[in-house]
Amino acid sequence: MTFVHKFLSTAAALALSAGAALSEPALIFDLGGKFDKSFNEAAFNGAKRWADESGGTFREIELQSEAQREQALRRFAEAGANPIVMTGFAFGNVLGEVAPDYPDTKFAIIDMVVDAPNVRSVVFNEHEGSYLVGMMAAMASTSGTVGFIGGMDIPLIRKFACGYVQGVKAVNPDATVIQNMTGTTPAAWNDPVKGSELTKAQISQGADVVYAAAGGTGVGVLQTAADENILSIGVDSNQNYMHPGKVLTSMMKRVDNAVYEAMKMGENLETGFNVMGVANGGIDYAMDEHNAPLVSDEMKAAVDGAKDQIASGALAVHDYMSDNACPVE
Amino acid sequence: MDFLTLIELLDSTVRSATPLLLACLAGLYSERAGIFDIGLEGKMLAAAFFSAAIAFMTGSAWLGLLAGIGASLVLSVIHGLASINYRGNQLISGVAINFLAAGMTVLVAEDWFSEGGRTPSLEGSARFGPIKLPFADQIADTPVVGPIYAGLLSGHSVLVYVAFAMVPVTWWVLYRSRFGLRLRAVGEAPEAVDTAGVSVIRLRYSAVIICGVLCGVAGAYLATGLQANFTKDMTANRGFIALAALIFAKWRPWYALAACLLFGFLFAIETRFQNIALFGVPLPLQLVQALPYILTVVILAGFVGKAIPPRAGGEAYVKER
Repeated sequence: MTFVHKFLSTAAALALSAGAALSEPALIFDLGGKFDKSFNEAAFNGAKRWADESGGTFREIELQSEAQREQALRRFAEAGANPIVMTGFAFGNVLGEVAPDYPDTKFAIIDMVVDAPNVRSVVFNEHEGSYLVGMMAAMASTSGTVGFIGGMDIPLIRKFACGYVQGVKAVNPDATVIQNMTGTTPAAWNDPVKGSELTKAQISQGADVVYAAAGGTGVGVLQTAADENILSIGVDSNQNYMHPGKVLTSMMKRVDNAVYEAMKMGENLETGFNVMGVANGGIDYAMDEHNAPLVSDEMKAAVDGAKDQIASGALAVHDYMSDNACPVE
Repeated sequence: MDFLTLIELLDSTVRSATPLLLACLAGLYSERAGIFDIGLEGKMLAAAFFSAAIAFMTGSAWLGLLAGIGASLVLSVIHGLASINYRGNQLISGVAINFLAAGMTVLVAEDWFSEGGRTPSLEGSARFGPIKLPFADQIADTPVVGPIYAGLLSGHSVLVYVAFAMVPVTWWVLYRSRFGLRLRAVGEAPEAVDTAGVSVIRLRYSAVIICGVLCGVAGAYLATGLQANFTKDMTANRGFIALAALIFAKWRPWYALAACLLFGFLFAIETRFQNIALFGVPLPLQLVQALPYILTVVILAGFVGKAIPPRAGGEAYVKER
């Protein structure tokens, strides 16, 4: 027992002294996991790009449970990692408590706003990207009816829906948009079976392009859309490859860019509010060899036109979260 | 609502009800033998993962199905060991199985495929495709009968027909076979069965194993029939809804079918009509989505009467000395 004690305390002392010497950035992945083909993987790619370019190293941890959030944050902060980047809105409350305890450490949180002097809050203008893919959906649709399938019914997802509807109506004011939410609990992010049923229901109501903003549920949406031979639109990262020729495009949040920039700034991380939108390349729609045959030059020209207008400020897309209402249905 | 919409609604009902029905019948065998099983969810989840993983590796949905059943059986036997041999608490063992399955599937999936706890998409013969019943195309245009036959009865995967066939089979086994009589007896009065010289342990193990097989089929249907891959937590509490349906049906097979179809129908309504307006007032989405659960409470409280579980349920059998 004494041996174990001694051994453990030596190990702890070693770990502490080793930690204090380092000042490398750290990245905490949310529960989705590092290789989720989406949000977290994009964050990892950004960090890797920084490491390759700068020759530096970074620490990382994949969370296994809700309870580890605070633990992971505190351990990295104690170990002297700086800055600490975390992905996902779920870190909001925890970071709000932890950040004041480590005033010399800089934190960056993606997809959430935490008001503290040492925190950089990165949020994305999802409504702008959704507007762009909404335009493409309306142009690709032959039936005049398109669908939207959200995950959990929260304001963030309504923001996606609202931007999408605005884009659809901009191209075809008579178009019908069928909007569905998978559920009202976090289980709604991981119910591909229900995603399939919703897609089938939308198809039976005439939808021929479906936009999924629903995490793991979206996998079922894209699958069913491909099975039933209609088009789908992916979200967060480029999901065109999942069903080549069946996914019209993907609304991309450049989480990788956000992480890359945060790590590049290092200890001098610029704190405060940081908005990633179409204007600064934080939001885009995906084009690659998998969807090239689906997107005509005309479509591309129209969408790129709108992109320039949004970037220059000539076209304002309404943000649902600004007043919790959407001007169009 | 027109006739075709009704057919689509019922078609969706059948798809939603199938995994519930399989899990419900699985629970029925187990609980009728006196082994409470709240681990249905975990077994389905494990089966969903292994069926998708093996179907992906071998390209055969049938091998996937076997693997799914195998995984579910392993968990069943663990539950059997804990609750039959070691006389542990059956609820705790069930909860443990749910946790084990939820964690293990994602961990193994990550290790094998590195896709964030998902399996790669299945294609072609690695999935259970829809089966077209004979003459479905020819009579599809006949009024009334055509849509019912071609739209509702035809075009499901083979596991759906298996699930529905299991209802009369279960009824026959339980009420017409010697094995069924003993199975029911072991859940009501195991000491009587023991006195008659029949092994309680063997009977209970057979029930638990049948339960495992049916859960395995349910999980495989989710991952390789309805979907084309496994995703984390994809059973989405269907195992618990199946348990509710089982209580609803008072542990009887035909009523289990009715209960599962009712749940399936409510889910179909919920997915098809998210924007219902009642007397010109649009109902909030949350209310529509809560409808299946509200109705469950209403029906359970008002119409079903008292649901009495098998008398020896939840207790390990100890031979009197």
